[in-house]
Amino acid sequence: MSMWILLEALIKIFVIIGGLMTAAAYLVLLERRVAAWIQDRRGPNRVGIPLTNIRIFGLGQPIADGVKFIFKEEFIPGHVNRWLYVLAPSAMFVAAIVLFAAVPFGAVDLGIEGWEPIALVVMPGLDVGIVYIFAVGSIAVYGVVLGSWASNNKYAFFGGMRSAAQLISYEIPLGLGILGVVLASGSLRLDEIVQSQAETGVWNVFTQPLGFLVFLVAAFAEAGRLPFDLAETEQELVGGYHTEYSGIKLMMFLVAEYLHMVAASFLIVLLFFGGWHFWGLTGSEPVAGIGVALLRVVVLLAKFMLVVLFFMVARWSWPRFRFDQLMSLAWKVMLPLGLVNLVGLAFWIEYGRPRFSGANEWIVMAIGGWVLLVASWLVTTLLVPAASDNRPRLGPAAADLDTKEAASP
Amino acid sequence: MNSDDKNIKWVEEPALGLAGKSYIPLIVGGITTTLKHLVGPKMTVQTPEERHAMADPLGYRGVHRLNRDEQGSVKCVACFLCSTACPAHCIDIVAAESPWPDREKYPQSFTIDELRCIFCGMCEEACPVDAIELTSLYDLSGKSREEMIFDKQKLLSVYDQTKDAEPMRSVRERDRTEKTN
Repeated sequence: MSMWILLEALIKIFVIIGGLMTAAAYLVLLERRVAAWIQDRRGPNRVGIPLTNIRIFGLGQPIADGVKFIFKEEFIPGHVNRWLYVLAPSAMFVAAIVLFAAVPFGAVDLGIEGWEPIALVVMPGLDVGIVYIFAVGSIAVYGVVLGSWASNNKYAFFGGMRSAAQLISYEIPLGLGILGVVLASGSLRLDEIVQSQAETGVWNVFTQPLGFLVFLVAAFAEAGRLPFDLAETEQELVGGYHTEYSGIKLMMFLVAEYLHMVAASFLIVLLFFGGWHFWGLTGSEPVAGIGVALLRVVVLLAKFMLVVLFFMVARWSWPRFRFDQLMSLAWKVMLPLGLVNLVGLAFWIEYGRPRFSGANEWIVMAIGGWVLLVASWLVTTLLVPAASDNRPRLGPAAADLDTKEAASP
Repeated sequence: MNSDDKNIKWVEEPALGLAGKSYIPLIVGGITTTLKHLVGPKMTVQTPEERHAMADPLGYRGVHRLNRDEQGSVKCVACFLCSTACPAHCIDIVAAESPWPDREKYPQSFTIDELRCIFCGMCEEACPVDAIELTSLYDLSGKSREEMIFDKQKLLSVYDQTKDAEPMRSVRERDRTEKTN
């Protein structure tokens, strides 16, 4: 019996890794196309089947890119710490992949006599699902720091320092966003969080918009995507922590970064957009037949694609933060907002929820959540200082402005 | 820098209102702009399937051609004005006694090093008989340096290729005078 469990796990791992690698490659193509469209270009649409004129919308591009990366010279500069230099991309890559072991796609009952329902997740019944994802996700910062330190290069080091500070700062709002969801659904298991949203039919984004906002911003920052890509700002730092890397090691860094975005998108869907659930389409039982289970996977992937598209469009919509703005956003805005959401939710669960029943409960909770969002956004707005830079001014100096604002809230 | 310096003109940025401080107009504005462009028309011209629409192909200075006269022979009289005018010294002419009665000399060989040419159009300006002209062919490429040295045959073939789309100047002027008359 244990051999069958092992086989089942191996098959799932194979599917997940194969799917992820393909998805990452084609998401890069999609990103390039979307970026091009936003810039009024067409993007890579030429590479098709080799030795023919068949182009299929440039779908051969990821393969060509991969082959190019693999056959490039793998140059290790003489001034690096070789051991750490080689370890860093591997660490980041492994951490990014292992994370997906806990992403649940639902459960399927094949209807064969004597077979238990199969959970479509590599690690079924992982009681600490969210903690696991959180823990493994934080390992990414080791890859960045190791790579930047081992490179023995100032640009790489700056990138690594920025990245370390950014990732560690944004873990806190990220955790606060997750805690709200955990509090609402009463479980750390990802499949049960999805299940609780499916059973009630109310996704967490409707009841906890503030928590969603905090989590979204923190997820963008954790994935190192624009407007939070200070770790590798091309204009300032050449390439940031992977300046000295080339060939397949560089590819591992880039793919790992991409997988962070993929993971963040999956988490957003699972925690806030009901995972595989869609009203009137997928049902809400924990275990489904093979058809419905497939439909659930499709629904989950469709939601995932929408979030990924949002990531891609957001990249070209808003300018990059300055580093001090990034830090004050994390500590002065997102952290308090996350706490407000958490405390408000705790009050609701302790004192509010028992007074209501049925649909009323969710309506009141949603109204409360949105009121909380608007109110806290308004308070944040009123507290924005008149100036946050140190440019020379004719009137009172910037420092005076800051203190004046702080003195009269 | 002294802030009370009379030569400094201070421009203060306008203070943010409540809407500006909430960042909502900026966030919405940013994403609307990107979404507009995401579905908007694309600027890319799919070369080589599509070609750039040129505002004035006749005014463009691309690959040279040697024009033919009514008999189909080369119009050039080997006067060397173009090679004298050429600032890049890319035109090489070998003159010989003309086999035709209408002129004394003709170019036995006429070569242009397209890699040396700077496409300034001086040769076209200098030519007294409207024999050398620049066409609108801009995608000039070759696999070797030798290939890019165009001889008389090649330059004449460029004329054959482009004469319908871009008639030579004397023909254009004749057409224009006919039209006005």
